[in-house]
Amino acid sequence: MNAIASARDMLTRNLRQSGILVAFVVIVAIFALLNPMFLSPTNLTNIVLQYTYILILAIGMVMIIVAGQIDLSVGSVVALTGAVSAVVVIKQGLPWWMGVLAALVVGLLVGAWQGFWVAYVGIPGFIVTLAGMLLFRGLTYVVLDNISLSPFGTPYSDIANGFLNGLLGGYGVDVFTLVIFAIGVVGYAVAQWRGRQSKIAYHQSVETMPLFVAKLVVVAAVVMWFAYQLGSYRGLPVVLIILAVLTIAYTLVTQKSVFGRHVYAVGGNRHAAELSGVKVRKVNFWIFVNMGFLAAIAGVVYSSRMNAAQPAAGNMFELDAIAACFIGGASTSGGVGRVGGAIIGGLIMAVISNGMQLMGVSTSVQPIVKGLVLLLAVAFDIYNRRRAAALR
Amino acid sequence: MSTILEMRSIIKEFPGVKALDGVDLDVRRGEIHAICGENGAGKSTLMKVLSGVYPHGSYDGEIVYDGETATFGSINDSEKRGIVIIHQELALVPYLSAAENIFLGNEQRGRSGLIDWNKVNTEAAKLMARVGLDENPVTPVNQLGVGKQQLIEIAKALSKEVRLLILDEPTAALNDDDSEHLLDLLRHLKGQGITSIIISHKLNEIEEIADRTTIIRDGRTIETLDMSEAGSTQDRIIRGMVGRDLEHRFPERSTVVGDEVLRVEDWTVYHPTQIGRKIVDGASFNVRAGEVVGIAGLMGAGRTELAMSIFGRSYGRSISGRLYKDGKEIQARTVAEAIEHHIAYATEDRKVYGLNLIDDIRQNISSAGLGKLAPRGWVNDNEEIRVAEEYRANLNIKAPDVMSVVGQLSGGNQQKVVLSKWLYTDPDVLILDEPTRGIDVGAKFEIYTIINKMVAAGKAVVVISSELPELLGTCDRIYTLAFGRITGELPVADATQERLMELMTLERDQPLPTKENAS
Repeated sequence: MNAIASARDMLTRNLRQSGILVAFVVIVAIFALLNPMFLSPTNLTNIVLQYTYILILAIGMVMIIVAGQIDLSVGSVVALTGAVSAVVVIKQGLPWWMGVLAALVVGLLVGAWQGFWVAYVGIPGFIVTLAGMLLFRGLTYVVLDNISLSPFGTPYSDIANGFLNGLLGGYGVDVFTLVIFAIGVVGYAVAQWRGRQSKIAYHQSVETMPLFVAKLVVVAAVVMWFAYQLGSYRGLPVVLIILAVLTIAYTLVTQKSVFGRHVYAVGGNRHAAELSGVKVRKVNFWIFVNMGFLAAIAGVVYSSRMNAAQPAAGNMFELDAIAACFIGGASTSGGVGRVGGAIIGGLIMAVISNGMQLMGVSTSVQPIVKGLVLLLAVAFDIYNRRRAAALR
Repeated sequence: MSTILEMRSIIKEFPGVKALDGVDLDVRRGEIHAICGENGAGKSTLMKVLSGVYPHGSYDGEIVYDGETATFGSINDSEKRGIVIIHQELALVPYLSAAENIFLGNEQRGRSGLIDWNKVNTEAAKLMARVGLDENPVTPVNQLGVGKQQLIEIAKALSKEVRLLILDEPTAALNDDDSEHLLDLLRHLKGQGITSIIISHKLNEIEEIADRTTIIRDGRTIETLDMSEAGSTQDRIIRGMVGRDLEHRFPERSTVVGDEVLRVEDWTVYHPTQIGRKIVDGASFNVRAGEVVGIAGLMGAGRTELAMSIFGRSYGRSISGRLYKDGKEIQARTVAEAIEHHIAYATEDRKVYGLNLIDDIRQNISSAGLGKLAPRGWVNDNEEIRVAEEYRANLNIKAPDVMSVVGQLSGGNQQKVVLSKWLYTDPDVLILDEPTRGIDVGAKFEIYTIINKMVAAGKAVVVISSELPELLGTCDRIYTLAFGRITGELPVADATQERLMELMTLERDQPLPTKENAS
């Protein structure tokens, strides 16, 4: 197989993923051409700070969707966990980490509550979380007594607004940021190399060496360019570290762990999964607990970003998270979807919002564009699936 | 008799596969024409070409229907010309009434433009009478059995003034009575001048009903037999289908029976929702290493329920009784526990209960034994591919690679994936529920060969089947099940179809014949 054929094979095999990646690159390119500010260090940093919580929610949501469920309550859970945290930190004056801890505990409890109804009572997730959406919004009002609480002050507000920089000095660009990203790139290269070696050991076909190296070089170049841009503004955002850790961890869990496999099995065919020894109820329970946990992290990040807890926080977040999953190639009928896809889907939404804001597109047009993007993405996905079926 | 349909050297290619490679078919007006072939031979593809699912232009060759060259662009075009296809999986809406289903897409409007329900229901009643279905037209179809639903499909076809009726495996899911009724109906329709094409794996039916039979193998027409000739026997058809002589439909096996592996004692299971209804009633049986034990029972006898309740209590409630594995009493309260005790159960309904159809071969095979691939909770996906490739080769699963999506495979290959999945859990006892349902003769032979390999490796196999020749051909011992009771146990040497049938139809209150009574 020559390099071109091999590259084409790799792309078509992962059309669901690669299609969306190509779309992302095209959208970024369009905005970069329309507005030179778009790829500036300041704006890139802004995108990271502004949309991380949606991406964190999308990670949990994609697992829910793969299992064939949906969670409409995450926006309210973001509000509730932020509110609890605010009460602990602002009203009670306890240290910042107590607030984070309280938020996480509340998130887990919320998840367990919803997981119980879905898994053990057998109510569809749509209904349980629709109820949850109202329930937890109401509880937010109760907890906050209908008023906003602010400010958290540092170090709590640094979670979403802080930067790691200057630790290794810098000459116009933060060396620490570059070093961290370089470590990431090397780690990625090593992981890819080891994966390739073990594939070879199992006599599987791998992409040709030039293609493999080219892939690594492109990834490294893009990542290091991004690092340079961040480094030449304020350095490494703390939330980016949180997001990166979560993305890597959940990619591993969904793709490599037995639990992850079980989530896909339940979403693909619940009965077959059950008769293969998969504990379907447990799977359903834990994906909702997990969603609660991630919603709590998003709640902390969001309240930290706002430096306040507001009764109406997180409104409509669930829809952004769900849209991110579907744009990222998840299937509405379950069994299909990836964390990486959801992240890219979320980034597409983020880039479009940010790009339009930057260009001064009116706020009334923005949701129209986002709606159309969602529709087109899913249409594209369905078209691809039909084509794949016709290829058989 | 004139020709109603002629298909000449039809070629249909998919990327990498030539599904049809010059098929010829001519069907005479008013005949019942059977099409036989192994799964994957191209029967369904041919019918899709004929009915316009694959539109004109997407295939090579010529279709002459009623003296004119047909260029169907869609299924609507062919229906307008009176060609109606009834698929194996019925296309009825479960919650709509029989009448609504019959006129779905062809609603009977009154003068106002709204649906004239009186007309719909009267017309439906007439059509239902024509197919010999004595039901109220307003009954929702999900309250009718599969056999009656099949008749509603035919009534629907009649409402479209069908002239060429195509039935894809119409009797696959039907019991003997319903099958017989359906075949009678086809004969009756033939009397009214309706031509039928019937695709079936049940060769005895074909022998009984077809005027002529076209045999297709590997996308080519092998021959067309006139069934009234003496040489047109089932063996002849099988020979044409598989391209070789099947001396025996069942592979030879020498039995070396070892120790008892599984014993079930006094197993009683109640219906999951209907309180007090016994589904399995004090059943006891055992199976030894190296032995194939059959469970024969009519539909509704509780065969599947018995197997599933043993397999981690997957069916029923208030289950009582004892399970012994290798002489020791065990508990198998969940499927996971059953798998731990090396019990495996391959379901009768592989699409609903056996496979994740949207996933690939690899992950379906590993799904029940994933623990073996993930000693520390992380799946070794390279090892997984190696394992899947190994099973693909050993069980002869026909697919380009193990990344192929299972839903795209033929029934026989899907069944091999199900078997691979359970073999990978390393079972001592393998319960196979209707292991050859809906698969063709060649694949059946392969499945029997796999069963033989398993018992040769010292495993114990339980085969549940409604096809008595299959049980007689594969088993060493056969239990009969009727109304949830084990009504007899026969070594295969003493068993005949008549004897088994007698025991299988024993009524609930009749005493058990003492001689064969299972201990």
